[in-house]
Amino acid sequence: MKILVCISHVPDTTSKINFADNDTKFDTNGVNFVINPNDEFGLTRAMWFKEKQGASVHVVNVGGPETEPTLRKALAIGADEAIRIDTPATDGYSVALQLADVAQQGGYDLIIGGRESIDYNGGMVPGMLAKMIGANFVNTCISLEIEGSSATAIREIDGGKETLQTTLPLVIGGQKGLVEESDLRIPNMRGIMQARSKPLHVKQGVEQSPRSQATTFEKPAPRGAVKLVDNVDELIDLLHNEAKVI
Amino acid sequence: MSVLVYTESENGSFKKTAFEVVSYAKAIATELGTTLTAVSINASNTSQLGVYGADKVLEITNDSLANFDSQAYADAISQAATSQDATVVVLSQTANAKFMAPLVAVNLEAGYVSNVVALPQSITPFKIKHSVYTNKAFSLTQINTPVKIIGLGKNAYGLHETSAAAVSEAFSPTLQQSNTKVISVDKATDKVTIADAEVVVSAGRGLKGPENWGMIEEMATILGAATACSKPVSDMGWRSHGEHVGQTGKPVAATLYIAIGISGAIQHLAGINSSKIKVVINTDPEAPFFKAADYGIVGDAFEIVPQLNEKLKAFKAQNA
Repeated sequence: MKILVCISHVPDTTSKINFADNDTKFDTNGVNFVINPNDEFGLTRAMWFKEKQGASVHVVNVGGPETEPTLRKALAIGADEAIRIDTPATDGYSVALQLADVAQQGGYDLIIGGRESIDYNGGMVPGMLAKMIGANFVNTCISLEIEGSSATAIREIDGGKETLQTTLPLVIGGQKGLVEESDLRIPNMRGIMQARSKPLHVKQGVEQSPRSQATTFEKPAPRGAVKLVDNVDELIDLLHNEAKVI
Repeated sequence: MSVLVYTESENGSFKKTAFEVVSYAKAIATELGTTLTAVSINASNTSQLGVYGADKVLEITNDSLANFDSQAYADAISQAATSQDATVVVLSQTANAKFMAPLVAVNLEAGYVSNVVALPQSITPFKIKHSVYTNKAFSLTQINTPVKIIGLGKNAYGLHETSAAAVSEAFSPTLQQSNTKVISVDKATDKVTIADAEVVVSAGRGLKGPENWGMIEEMATILGAATACSKPVSDMGWRSHGEHVGQTGKPVAATLYIAIGISGAIQHLAGINSSKIKVVINTDPEAPFFKAADYGIVGDAFEIVPQLNEKLKAFKAQNA
C-alpha cells in the first residue's frame, strides 16, 4: 500500500498570534512551528499501517524552504520520503491543486490529511483534493482499518459517530482518535540521524491563480474584566438579568 | 443571478442552524438585489423557511439520500445552485456541511471561505471576515471567483424573521451510485449535542475523577445543555473524545459556556472564544480562565456546583 500524508507547517498550539506589515502577514517572530496536530495523528496511523500491514509512507507539504524542518521531523518519526512543493500555500484550493498533482503522479492508495490546519482552519483541502482526483473521501475520521482495497472508517458526526464502508483510493480528513495522544511519537536520535539521509524532493508547483486570498488580519477586541461573585444567587441573577442567557 | 442556501434537516425537521443560514443569506440577497432560494433534502414543512426570508424552496425528496453521503449531497446542492444561476452559496458549519462544502466548491469552480463571522464587508471586490488561528484572530479574505461559497459559523448572525412567504417546488438532481455506504450510526438521541447546544457545561481535572460527573450531568439536564470537557479529561479517558473542547477538539459557539474546574489553557480558550458568555468556577483565583471569562466564582466545585444546581432548579421552575 502506498500512503501519502499531507503535512501542514503551523505555529504550535501555545503560540501568541500577532501580525506584521500593517496586519497583512502572520508575525513569525518567536513562533515555534510544528506538524499540524490533526496531520500528526494521521502520520502516526500511517506508521501503524507501515509496521503492521506493510506500506510505504510519503509526506508532502506545500511551502517554502522554511517548512523543511517540519518535513524532516516527519521523516524522523518514520516516513520514507518527503516531497516539498515549492510554492507559497495561499488558499485551500491552490494547496489542494498542488497536492492533486503529486497524488496523481504517485498513484497513492491512501491519502491522509488533517480535518483542518490549526492556522487557517479552512477544513477544505482533503475534500477538494479527493474531488479533484476522483477518490472517496471521509472527513473528521477517527478510526480507519484497511483490508485489501476496502476500508472501514468511523467519522465523528454532530453528537455521535458514523461507521462507513468504502474503497481505495481514499482520502481522509483525520483528527484525534485515529490514534490516541499517547501513541504520538517523539523522534529518537536514531530516527533523527536517519531522517538526514532520507530523500526530500523539492518539486515546482503547477501554475494556478488563487481563488481567494487573505487581505488583512485582526485580533478579537480585548474583553472587559471578569465579574467575580460570591454566591450562586448573585450568579443566577446576573446570568438572567444582565447577560440574559438563562 | 441569485443566492442559494442549503438548509440542513434531521429526520425531516430543520436544524436551528438552517434558519440562521437562511436569515444570513437573505441579507446577502438583499444587498445583491436578488432573490434567495433554499434547498432542502427530505425535509417536511419547508414553508418555515419563508419566515426567515427564503423566496423559493427547492425540495429534494429522494430515498437514496436518507443517509448523509458527501458526494451525493454535494452533487445535489451543486446542481441546485447551477439551476438557479447562483453566485453565492451559503452553508452552515455542521459536521455534514463542512464535509461536503469543499466538494461543492470543486463542482462549482468556486472560492470557499469557512468559519465566516459577518456579512460581506464589500461585494466588489467580495471581501468577508472569518475566524482563523482557532478563534485567536480574524482574516478579511477576498474571494476572486464568480461563484462564492460561504460557510457561516454557528451563532455568528442569529435568526432574523421577515414576513415573506416561500414558494416550494420539487427538484430532482441526477445522482451517481456512491462508493461509500453508511454501516451504522451511533448517536445518543436523548442528549443535546455540543454542535446544537445553546448552553454547554464543561468540566476539567478539578473534578478529580470520572465518578464525580453526576453533578455536571445534572446541571446540563437542568439547563438543557450539552456536556463537554477539557483535553486532559478526555486524554485520561474520563470522558469520551467527542466531548473534548479546544484547538484539537471541538469548537464551542454557545450562548452560555460554564467551565468548572478548568484552568483555561490557551488551546482550550481558543476553542470557546466564539461563545458569548463564559462563566468560570475554579478554586484557583490565578487560573488563566478568569481572564477570559465574563463571570466567575472562586471556590470549590464540590461545594458550589450542588448549590448552583439547587438554585438553578428553583429558578427554572419559577421561570418555566
